[in-house]
Amino acid sequence: MVYEAQLGHPGGDFSSADLLASLYFGVLRFDPKVPNDPRRDRFVMSKGHCTGAFYSALAGAGFFSEDLLDTYMQPMSRLNGHPNRNYLPGVETNTGPLGHGLPVAVGIAIAGQIDGADFRTFVLTGDGEQQEGSNWEAGLTAGHRRLENLTMIIDRNRLQQGARTEDTAGLDPLDDKWRAFGWQVEIIDGHDCQQIYDVLSASPKGRGKPLCVIANTVKGKGVSFMNDNVAWHHGVPNQEQYEQAMRELV
Amino acid sequence: MPSGYFDCRDSFSHTLEALAEADERIVTVVSDSVGSSKLVNFGKRFPRRQINVGIAEQTVVAVGAGLANGGKVPFVSAASCFLTGRALEQIKADIAYSNVNVKLIGQSSGIAYGELGPTHHSIEDMAWLRLLTNLTIIVPADPWQTEAAIRAAAAHDGPVFVRVSRMPVPALERTNPRFEIGKAETLVEGEDLTIIANGTMVHRAVAAARGLAVEGISARVVNMATMAPLDEAAILASAATGAIVTVEEHNVRGGLGGAVAEFVSTHHPVPMRILGFDGFQPTGTVESLMELAGLTVEGITRAARQVLLKKVQ
Repeated sequence: MVYEAQLGHPGGDFSSADLLASLYFGVLRFDPKVPNDPRRDRFVMSKGHCTGAFYSALAGAGFFSEDLLDTYMQPMSRLNGHPNRNYLPGVETNTGPLGHGLPVAVGIAIAGQIDGADFRTFVLTGDGEQQEGSNWEAGLTAGHRRLENLTMIIDRNRLQQGARTEDTAGLDPLDDKWRAFGWQVEIIDGHDCQQIYDVLSASPKGRGKPLCVIANTVKGKGVSFMNDNVAWHHGVPNQEQYEQAMRELV
Repeated sequence: MPSGYFDCRDSFSHTLEALAEADERIVTVVSDSVGSSKLVNFGKRFPRRQINVGIAEQTVVAVGAGLANGGKVPFVSAASCFLTGRALEQIKADIAYSNVNVKLIGQSSGIAYGELGPTHHSIEDMAWLRLLTNLTIIVPADPWQTEAAIRAAAAHDGPVFVRVSRMPVPALERTNPRFEIGKAETLVEGEDLTIIANGTMVHRAVAAARGLAVEGISARVVNMATMAPLDEAAILASAATGAIVTVEEHNVRGGLGGAVAEFVSTHHPVPMRILGFDGFQPTGTVESLMELAGLTVEGITRAARQVLLKKVQ
């Protein structure tokens, strides 16, 4: 998709791909034919720039035809560079600017809490995105209200657009920070689908607090020349690189 | 408060309580702004339906978007200066661009915080918000119209911003009280020029027109309570009188005057005067700042005489 569009954010697409696959093909309860079912689990893609991975997951899950992926970022396409809920079923809120997903997810979880509803709310944020203050505002409210129906997954690939997170505005110890905000924290390998499934599918009932899953990942995972390489936050492979990447991914 | 004057925040809260009684989807979302929004009683009556996120404007707006996703009809209420300035990107992305059913109530808007200064004045909010596609903006002029606006906002399926003042205003006299989103109301008929006002300025515009009538000047008064979508037909009809004065409790750039000027200049150019505040205001009481800006009956009258001199006969 990125090669065809000549645009995109492949590094973050690959670091979040296993998380998205585990969510859409194991954890989340939804019916793609009834995308607005009030009982559905909600998934909020806060790292809205990683639409290459997100749209692939939505198409694979049946929200729309995989043929549509060929129009990614083409003029007038429904597949904008950042997701729009009014263009596509399965998108809960329009994201793109960072730090927007968690606060919206907190609102969804509060609605569920008021109604005593069964659905769960998941949000995936980047790790660089954790530098946005809006996350910490919303995290404070989520902890205060003991939103056990809320899970935040942090794609901890340790790279942001321009450099390593720890060389920019360091986040560690990220787990202690979220524990101090009243969250339960689990640290997993974000490319081990069994670990992802186990931690996300465990029942939240009785936990009494929101769950933060720090998923250690590798930016550009699966493609040797992109692996852990800040140059591939956004970038487009040339033909030779594209062919090599496809060989390695298969 | 002078007798015969009303605080429109009371109309807001009484109306919302009545609506919430009948519709359990209605919730209020506040950022430590319960008292200033006059929502203490709402919280007592519906404790589970009042969500206080603390002093966190980005969160108060985004949580509203999330609550709408979860099937609620949230009324997000906070001081307009902070709600719009601090959370503008949330209003843009989470509310307007996402096009969700959230009602934003900008309280104590305009210059009402007087001596507290420009950090607390909200005279930029209309310029920031009226560019956002999908967002309906209502600036009610009196207690009756505030109630009507809140009812219309609740009934409208989509994002709405209602600009509520804490400055006491009298109830306007109407022969045919009727409110519809996107429709302006003509309060005084007139032929020589039109005064287009909204919010707290409307009753002053009516008083100015009454005075001008004594001088033999026939001034129409249009209450443009909906800032977005604009009532373009009413603006065209105003331009047909040959001259327009706009009056708003807002910066002279980017608000009601700007919106009317954009439309008039491209459809039916006529001389205009735009009354409002020219940038950050000095320390002063509300009324002294109003006088400085010419937002008084005398100031409006003067502007009407001036614009008539430029009118093409």
